[in-house]
Amino acid sequence: MDTQALVGELTAAFPGARPRPSRDMAGVDVPAADLAALVRRLRDAHGFDLLADLTGVDAGPGASPRFSVVLHLLGSAHHAYLRVAAACPDDAAPAVPTVSSVHPGADWHEREAFDLLGIRFDGHPDLRRILMWDGYPHHPLRKEFPLAGVPVELPAADVAAVTGRRVEAAPMMGGPFVSPGGTMAKAEPVARDESWSEDNPSR
Amino acid sequence: MPKTTKEISLGDIGARSEELGAERMQLNLGPSHPATHGVLRLRLELDGDTVTQCDPVVGYLHRGDEKIAEAMTYNQFVPYTDRLDYLAPLANNVAYAIAVENLAGIRVPPRAEAIRVICSEMARLSSHLLGIGVYAMDTGAWTVFMYTFNEREKLYLLFEELTGARFTTSYTRVGGLARDLPEGWTGRVSAFCDGVLRVVDEVDGLLTRNRIFLERTEGLGVITKERALAYGLTGANLRASGVALDLRKDKPYSGYEQYAFDVPVGTKGDCYDRYLVRMEEMRQSVAILRQALARLPDGPVNCVDQPRIVLPAKSKVMTRMEELIQNFMLVTEGPQVPAGETYFEAENPKGALGFYIVSKGGGVPWRLRIRGPSFVSLSILPELVPGHHLTDIPSILGSLDFVMGECDR
Repeated sequence: MDTQALVGELTAAFPGARPRPSRDMAGVDVPAADLAALVRRLRDAHGFDLLADLTGVDAGPGASPRFSVVLHLLGSAHHAYLRVAAACPDDAAPAVPTVSSVHPGADWHEREAFDLLGIRFDGHPDLRRILMWDGYPHHPLRKEFPLAGVPVELPAADVAAVTGRRVEAAPMMGGPFVSPGGTMAKAEPVARDESWSEDNPSR
Repeated sequence: MPKTTKEISLGDIGARSEELGAERMQLNLGPSHPATHGVLRLRLELDGDTVTQCDPVVGYLHRGDEKIAEAMTYNQFVPYTDRLDYLAPLANNVAYAIAVENLAGIRVPPRAEAIRVICSEMARLSSHLLGIGVYAMDTGAWTVFMYTFNEREKLYLLFEELTGARFTTSYTRVGGLARDLPEGWTGRVSAFCDGVLRVVDEVDGLLTRNRIFLERTEGLGVITKERALAYGLTGANLRASGVALDLRKDKPYSGYEQYAFDVPVGTKGDCYDRYLVRMEEMRQSVAILRQALARLPDGPVNCVDQPRIVLPAKSKVMTRMEELIQNFMLVTEGPQVPAGETYFEAENPKGALGFYIVSKGGGVPWRLRIRGPSFVSLSILPELVPGHHLTDIPSILGSLDFVMGECDR
């Protein structure tokens, strides 16, 4: 399977599609609107019948396009990989068409990308959260979401009413080995400051 | 007093089910249930004993590994890979290390590759021994579990000798291994190979022609070739459906092309086929192990020519300034990997474990995506389970051989 030639063929067939420079496998950048059609063509005409992976990438706040969806396809007969990527046109409300109609296995991968990154997949039959619980208000894999998490309400309102508890941030910032942030050069793990001071009278 | 009777003909009970008050029942299986092998919850809708709908609820073991990876250097993430498929941590270590090395554009020395093959195959044996042991238990045969767990204990002793830990091995590093093999270890692995084959034969005798086992597995949970591919199943689950896709053969990594082994393929794609494929894979793993042990190359186990990726020798760190600085830079800033992206899948016991890494250069990944094969294996349940009896669910779940640590990440 000559995937580089295939990329040329695809960029000719889909205006707006561009070869994606990658070292490890051939790849193609495709406009979000053409994603499902291109994946369907790859499955039907070129033997890429196994969706190995589908995920989203957040380029960070301020980048545009900020969110993109990356697929890795594998041919079960010719054993070649191909990377297909589509940038979400809208940075504030990222969305791409679903490929779950072509590869049913994309269903859960898309639910995960929606859950963790907040990318919507138009036409998805059942776009619910999958790893976080229903009603969780954040998309934790976005770059602005803090590593330690943020406190939120318990998923079960009746339990919260009795216990008065919330879901607290993980005991990570302020833990014994915490990087102060910034570049890794300055991020040598340091012991938590437990000495007494006027700002910290409890210790 | 006149009695009113209601005539019911047996023929149209189904059509009058509403009138007769036959309602569908909602049932939660799990998240804490021995048949779900961890914290998987199935929301089932039952019509009598028959499942009409199945909605798996996953995520109870979600730890945010992908988020955590964005905040630490490549080598610091190795212990987190132990906890993906925690029944085969060595294989996860190997898959992760190769993914990062592909991104860095380096290849480890032949001895390191051979040791990684040995590790991966031992991990496969460990995972399949457990998978088959508990599968037999799911279908009502207790004894098999005792035989296979006995062998796993021997494997754990070997793992402990090799890595210092029985369970959380963290054996690989980017550009090599944490340490070379202990003295006499290869001989003990050879002895283990002889013993494990006897146990595989024993299990074969206990299960493969066992009437009860056959009735609880044959013809159940059939996944056709088309559906297996459509859902992206990999590993033994895909091969049992008749697709001869094995990344060790078809996309060889870590020198797998040097070893002769067969890829077992099923014909029907039912639970029994998945069991048979795993049994044969254990025998093939032993064959690979023997070849790898017989011609284990000499040499270093680290890319010693990559000072920006691999730690210098400890003796030099203690005596030379350059190596001390190199050690300090590597520990604080991580192995220096160029900007780019890579996707690498390894043929792990549960299926293809994939890592998609996006790097902007430096020692920390920008994005690290983990493609867990168990997550994909479970995604077929809403299609696979309906139509089966409730009592068949443990058999179907066990045959898919999933692990929630890897599904929920």
